[in-house]
Amino acid sequence: MGVAKWINKVAAAAVPALGAGAALAQAVVDMPGGPAVRQLNLPPPVTGIASQIYDLHFVMLGICAVIFVAVFGVMFYSVFAHRKSKGHKPADFHESTAVEIAWTVVPMIIVIVMAALATKTVLAMKDTSNADITIKATGYQWKWGYDYVKGEGEGISFFSSLSTPREQIEGKAPKGVNYMLEVDNEVVVPVGRKIRILTTAQDVIHAWMIPAFGVKQDAIPGFIRDTWFKAEKVGVYRGQCAELCGKEHGFMPIVVNVKTEADYTKWVEEQKKLMAAKMDDPNKQWTQAELIARGEKVYAATCVACHQASGKGTPPAFPPLDGAKVVQGPKDNPIAVLLNGRQGTAMASFKSLSDVELAAVLTYTRNSWGNKTGDAVMPADIKAAKAWDAAKLNQLSAKAQ
Amino acid sequence: MSAVLDQHGHSHGHDDHHHGPPSGLMRWVMTTNHKDIGTLYLWFSFIMFLTGGVLALGIRMELFQPGLQYWNPEFFNQLTTMHGLIMVFGAIMPAFVGFANWLIPLQIGAPDMAFARMNNWSFWLLVPAAMLLVISFFVPGGATAAGWTLYAPLSTQMGLGMDLGIFAMHIMGASSIMGSINIVTTILNMRAPGMTLMKMPMFCWTWLITAYLLIAVMPVLAGAITMVLTDRHFGTSFFNAAGGGDPVMYQHIFWFFGHPEVYIMILPAFGIISHVVPAFARKQLFGYASMVYATSSIAILSFIVWAHHMFTTGMPASGQLFFMYATMLIAVPTGVKVFNWIATMWKGSMTFETPMLFAVGFIFVFTMGGFTGLICAVTPIDIQIQDTYYVVAHFHYVLVAGSLFALFSGTYYWIPKWTGHMYDEGLGKLHFWASIIFFNITFFPMHFLGLAGMPRRIPDYATQFADFNAIASVGAFGFGLSQLIFLVVVLKAIKGGAKVGDKPWEGAEGLEWTVPSPAPYHTFETAPQVK
Ligand code: HEC
Ligand SMILES: [Cu+2]
Repeated sequence: MGVAKWINKVAAAAVPALGAGAALAQAVVDMPGGPAVRQLNLPPPVTGIASQIYDLHFVMLGICAVIFVAVFGVMFYSVFAHRKSKGHKPADFHESTAVEIAWTVVPMIIVIVMAALATKTVLAMKDTSNADITIKATGYQWKWGYDYVKGEGEGISFFSSLSTPREQIEGKAPKGVNYMLEVDNEVVVPVGRKIRILTTAQDVIHAWMIPAFGVKQDAIPGFIRDTWFKAEKVGVYRGQCAELCGKEHGFMPIVVNVKTEADYTKWVEEQKKLMAAKMDDPNKQWTQAELIARGEKVYAATCVACHQASGKGTPPAFPPLDGAKVVQGPKDNPIAVLLNGRQGTAMASFKSLSDVELAAVLTYTRNSWGNKTGDAVMPADIKAAKAWDAAKLNQLSAKAQ
Repeated sequence: MSAVLDQHGHSHGHDDHHHGPPSGLMRWVMTTNHKDIGTLYLWFSFIMFLTGGVLALGIRMELFQPGLQYWNPEFFNQLTTMHGLIMVFGAIMPAFVGFANWLIPLQIGAPDMAFARMNNWSFWLLVPAAMLLVISFFVPGGATAAGWTLYAPLSTQMGLGMDLGIFAMHIMGASSIMGSINIVTTILNMRAPGMTLMKMPMFCWTWLITAYLLIAVMPVLAGAITMVLTDRHFGTSFFNAAGGGDPVMYQHIFWFFGHPEVYIMILPAFGIISHVVPAFARKQLFGYASMVYATSSIAILSFIVWAHHMFTTGMPASGQLFFMYATMLIAVPTGVKVFNWIATMWKGSMTFETPMLFAVGFIFVFTMGGFTGLICAVTPIDIQIQDTYYVVAHFHYVLVAGSLFALFSGTYYWIPKWTGHMYDEGLGKLHFWASIIFFNITFFPMHFLGLAGMPRRIPDYATQFADFNAIASVGAFGFGLSQLIFLVVVLKAIKGGAKVGDKPWEGAEGLEWTVPSPAPYHTFETAPQVK
C-alpha cells in the first residue's frame, strides 16, 4: 500500500498540469469514505476481503507488467533493429515446435498460479454464515430500502435516498464534498461485526456496492442473494447502485456508517424511539387538510420519481396523475391500484405503506394540481380495502379502457 | 465506390459475355457481385461508425463536467445504449463482413460468393434495421435505454423504442446468419484447386471460424430478445419472477451469445493482422498451424466462459471458480497469437507504412486490453470492478484498439487493390498517430475511474472523478475528429492518386495480389492453380 500512496502523490502532482480539469476551479478535496481526488487505485481497504482483493490486484498488475515489459521489449527492439531502412535482410524461419510449446506452457503455468491465488478469496467471499447482523437491502427505482432482519437492531426499517440538493446537480449551487454519494438515511452498522446483506429488488435489477468493503452484489427482483462484510474501521463508506436500473440509475447512492459497538447500540435505541413516535395514533381523527399536508410528504418521498412533482408524469412511461380519471373517480379504484400495483408495469404495490400514509397520499393526489374531488380518503377506507380478495383487487385496479 | 467500375476491364482477359457492372443506382440495389456488396458493407459500416461516434461524443460531452449539463438522464441512457448497439451491430460486424466479401473470393481464387443473390439480400436487410434503430430515437419515449445488453426486466419497462430495437436486432441477426452461411459455403466449396485448408490465408481461416460462431450464437440472441418481446406484450413471464420466471436467466442466454460475440468481433481482426505483419516484415507468418489451432481453441473456449460477465449476480462458488479458470485459459491461445506476430517481425526487414503502423499499434494496445481482461477474469477483482469504468476501459481497448485498428490496418493494406490507387501515406500516418494518441487519452484514465469505483452508465458523478473525465472527454473529441482524416484518405484514394500495379506491397502474398488493381469486376472466372 505504500507504493500506491506514492503513486497517488506523483499523480496528484502531475495531472493538474495536464488536465483540462473542469472541477479544478472549485478546489475539490477527497471524499471521506468515497473516492479521493484523481484516485488511481482501488480504495484503501476497510475489510479483510477488500485487502485480499487489493493485494490480488497488485500481484496481477505486477505479473502483467513484467510480461508486458518482456514482450514489448522484444517487439520494440525488433521494430527498431530489424528495419529495411537499416539494411536488415529478412530471415526465413517460420516455425519452431519447441518455441511454440514453450510459449504455450509458460503462460499456462502463469495463469494457473494466478487462479490458485484467487481461489481462497472467492471461497471466503461466498461464506456468509454466522453473521452477527442481517440486513435486507431492497433496490427500488430509485432508492434503497433497508430492513434489519436479524441481530441487534432487528425491526429497524427505512428508505435511503440521494440527499444531494437538485440545485447542486443543475449547477445552480456549488457542489458539496459528498456530491452524489450522500443519502438522507445511512445504513448504520457496528465495527468489527460480521454483517450479512441480503439483496433483492422491487422492480428491476440493481446492485449494492461499497468499494472500500470489496462488496458488490446484484439485487434481483423476486430473488434474494447475499453477501457480507466486516468493517475494521469506524467511519462512513460510500458507494452507489452499480447496475443500470433506468433513468435515475446514477442517483441512488449507498452510504454505510460504521460505528463503535456502543454508538451502534445508542443508534438502535434512538431508532426504536423514533419509530414508536412515528407510528400514527390509531384513534386520531384526521381532517382533510391534515391528510393533504401529510400526503404531500408521502408523495414527495414515494411517488415523485415517476409521476413528477407536477403530477404530469413523463408519458408514455409514467402516466400523469393530474387529470387522470382513475385518480378522480370512485375512491376504490385508486385505492386498489396502490394496494395491488399494476402487474407488469413499473407501478408496484405500495401496501407496505401504513393506512394513514396511503389515505394521505390519495387525498393529496385527489385534491392537487387540477384534481378537485374535495373529499378525503380516510385511513379506515384503506383498512377496509385491505380485506378485499385478489379478484376484487385485480378488477378494481385494472387500467381504465 | 466507383473504383470497381472496371473501365479498363474490357481490355484484358475474358472476352465472352458481359462483365462490366450496370450503371446508376440500380447497380447497387440489384448487385450480386461480391466486390460491390463488399463496398456497400464497408460504406454502411462507416456511416454507422460515424453515427455511433456522434452518440459517444454526446456521452462524453455530458461527462466532461460533474452535474447535469446537456441531457436528461433518460436521454443519456439512450445515448449509451444506442452507441453500443450501433457500434457492435452496425459498425464493427458489418465492416468485417465487408472485408470478407471483398477478400475471401479473391484470396481463395473463387469467382464470387457461393450464394450471390442471398449475399445481396444479407446486405440490404441491414438498411431497414439501421433505419429502425435511428427512427427509435423519435418515437414517444425515445430509443431503448436499457443498455446494449438489454437486461430484463429493465428492457420490459421500455417504450416503443425497445420494440423497434428488438426488430432491428432480429433483422441484423438474420443478415449475419445468411452472411455466415455464405462464407462457410464459399470457403469450404470454392477454393481453387490445390488450396488445401492448411494452405488457406489466415483471414479466411479466422472468418471460417467466426462464421461458425455466428451461426451458433445469433439464434440464441434472437431467442433472448424474442422472450423479452413476449414478456413485454404477450403476458409471458420468462424473466419475471412474479410469473415464475427469472431475470438472471436472461443474462445467461444473452451472454451465451454475448461472449462468443466478442470473439466474432476480434477473430477476423486477428486474420487481418496476420496478413499485414508478414507483408511489412517481408517474412512469412510465424507458426501458421499454431495460429489456426489457437484461433480454434479461442472459439471453442468462448462457449464456456459466458458467466464471467455475471460474477455479481450471485452464483455458487463452484460456478465462480469454473468460469474464472475457463476464462483465464483463453489468455493462453491469445498469448500464442501475440507471440507469433512478434516472432514474425523478429529478424524481418520491416517498413512502417500505415497498415503496419496500425498493426503494430493493434498488437501493443490490444495486448493491454488483454491484460486488463485477465485481471477482470479474477473473480474477486471482477466483483470489485464489474460495471465500473474499468470494464469500459477494458473493452474499448480490445474493441477500438483491437477490432477497429485492425479494420483500419486492413483498409490501408487493401485499398490499393480496391481502388487501384495508392492512398495518401502522409495523411494515413497522421490518422494513425492521432488515433492512437487520442485513443489512449480517452480510455487510459478510465482504468483509474473504475478502480476508484465510478460506475458505468451514469450521467453525473462525484466531483473527485472530474479531472479524469475531463481528460477522457477531450481525448474523445480528438479521436472523433481524427476519423475524418480517414474519410479524406479514402475519398482521395477513390478519386485518384498514384496508380498501382498488381502487387503494390513488396512483401504481400496471396492470390488477391495476382489480379490487376483495381480488381476487375469479375475475377478468377477460371480458377487459378495453387501449388
Ligand atoms: C417506479 C415508478 C412509479 C412510482 C414510484 C409510482 N408509480 Fe404510479 N404508476 C407508474 C406507472 C408506470 C403507472 C402506469 C401503469 C399502467 O400502465 O397501467 C402508474 C399508474 C398509477 C396510477 C393509475 C393511473 C391511471 O391513470 O391509470 C395511480 C393512481 C398511481 N400510479 C399512483 C401512484 C402513487 C400515489 C404513487 C406513490 C405512492 C405512485 N403511483 C408511485 C409508476 C410509478
Ligand atoms: Cu439501481
